[in-house]
Amino acid sequence: MNIRNITDKFFHYFFLVSGVSAIGILFAIFVMLAMNGLQTFTDVSISQFFLSTRWNPSAFGEPSYGILSLVVSSIMVTLGAMVIAVPLGIGTAAYLSEIAPPFLRETLKPVVEILAGIPSVVVGFFGIVFLGPLIADVFNLTSGLNALNGSILLAIMALPTIVSVSEDAIRSVPKDFKEASYALGVNRWLTLVKITLPAASSGIVAAVMLGIGRAIGETMTVLMATGNALQMPGSFFDSVRTMTANIAIELGEVPFGTTHYFGLFAVGLVLFFMSLAVNLTAEHFTKKYRRYRT
Amino acid sequence: MKIKQLQQYIGFGILAACALFVVIILFVILYDIAAQGLGVISWSFLTEAPRAGMTEGGILPAIIGTFFVTIITAAFSVPLGVSAAIYLSEYAQEGLLTRWIRASIRNLAGVPSIVYGLFGVALFVRALSFGTSILSAGLTLGLLTLPWIITTAEEAFRTVPRSYRDGALALGATNWQTIWRNVLPYAFPGILTGAILGISRAAGETAPILFTGVAFFLPQLPGSLLDQFMALPYHLYIMSTQHHAIEAVRPLAYGTALVLIVLVFFLNLTAIIIRYRLRKKYTR
Repeated sequence: MNIRNITDKFFHYFFLVSGVSAIGILFAIFVMLAMNGLQTFTDVSISQFFLSTRWNPSAFGEPSYGILSLVVSSIMVTLGAMVIAVPLGIGTAAYLSEIAPPFLRETLKPVVEILAGIPSVVVGFFGIVFLGPLIADVFNLTSGLNALNGSILLAIMALPTIVSVSEDAIRSVPKDFKEASYALGVNRWLTLVKITLPAASSGIVAAVMLGIGRAIGETMTVLMATGNALQMPGSFFDSVRTMTANIAIELGEVPFGTTHYFGLFAVGLVLFFMSLAVNLTAEHFTKKYRRYRT
Repeated sequence: MKIKQLQQYIGFGILAACALFVVIILFVILYDIAAQGLGVISWSFLTEAPRAGMTEGGILPAIIGTFFVTIITAAFSVPLGVSAAIYLSEYAQEGLLTRWIRASIRNLAGVPSIVYGLFGVALFVRALSFGTSILSAGLTLGLLTLPWIITTAEEAFRTVPRSYRDGALALGATNWQTIWRNVLPYAFPGILTGAILGISRAAGETAPILFTGVAFFLPQLPGSLLDQFMALPYHLYIMSTQHHAIEAVRPLAYGTALVLIVLVFFLNLTAIIIRYRLRKKYTR
């Protein structure tokens, strides 16, 4: 073996290790969360953790660690965001890929990219200074920092993902499908609604799942715009505290190694599994629509 | 026939309205922040430290802190990410291992940023005893950016024509020589563009650095990698939610938001220009 071949071998293994590190990091995140998070359950019963709505770790005498209201808040704000972002995102994607003239498409795509580039803390700030007062005004509330505000902001955060993935899905529908429809005398609108969109449906589902993943894991926007009251939300005008916001608020003050500290990792573990489930579902549907590609 | 025509007009109109609405959202956000922030921006705002309990003065320490932490992020995630991408595109046979690697990358990309923050606390701050520091925060952001770097770098490698590799290999070059001299230079613009875009996202992230090193206020600039730091996104967060006189410092918060947005756009623009320039240079 000369130097040349040794170098070659060395880099082969170096790159192999780098590639495998992706698996290692995902696994390490899981292990770290589990190692810390599962220690919660030496003190707290699993049923209390998941089914109690009372999260009050610093209550004197009997602290409680129920994450139900946090989970419900997260899901509620995310679903609210999807009600806004899904129709808007799919509509925009359909317009961009099927209707817009090329020059308009080329100017609109950067708009979506710029929207994706705005830092979440800036979106949250926008929620405080602009959207909050607006909501308070329109609905005659004392404060506009509530679930509705969070949902609208999360919709803005999820839109770029939904638009770009749906657009990709709509674009990958084979031309033959549309041309067969046109040849039968069907106009462009009905072809879009009856042929193209259904053919792209699994890709669009993947887009929505990825959007949900973005929204449910988003921290700064909801932390800044939803008011963070620890309670079971009754309506979209209530202040809510999501799982992500709860970690962000409490991790800074909690002493290391306490049940409270471990409890926050347990919340992180739940969040990790939720995002994993959403991503795996998205992947399943992505595979389905990619079949057009080959 | 007429009804179908009408249907089409209305349908297309609704879709166009969706697209228009997205444009309006972006415009309103940018306009609100630019209109209120521009008046605050001045030379002294950019070059002075906060004064008088952060009710006056500038944001220089936050700019410098973001700059330092971003360098650590890049130094960690770019070499590792590009190496992983080289493995995926140049060495690996598609099979079980690559499927696992790719699935991990996609799932890493979906892990919430606050979970990266928790991981950073457990691993860098606690287990490796880096404490709350530029190093811990930079590495945490590096992990967060890694999936993006790998994905964009792999795409860049895939644009390199087969003949670039075959030519070198046919002349007796080793795999490594082929990659280093023929593949990497061609893929470089794409890699750099992806890296800058990834870094610009990291620069705007707040949740992962909350507990890994960022500080509310520091009287002096960080002196080493193990010091705490101030950062632009966190500065905006505290100025708009945690400060004792929130209404009074609102203009400063607007100014910080504008600087943050401009910084991110500037990085994005740089990426686009680099891609354009280098592509011209290499495609003859």
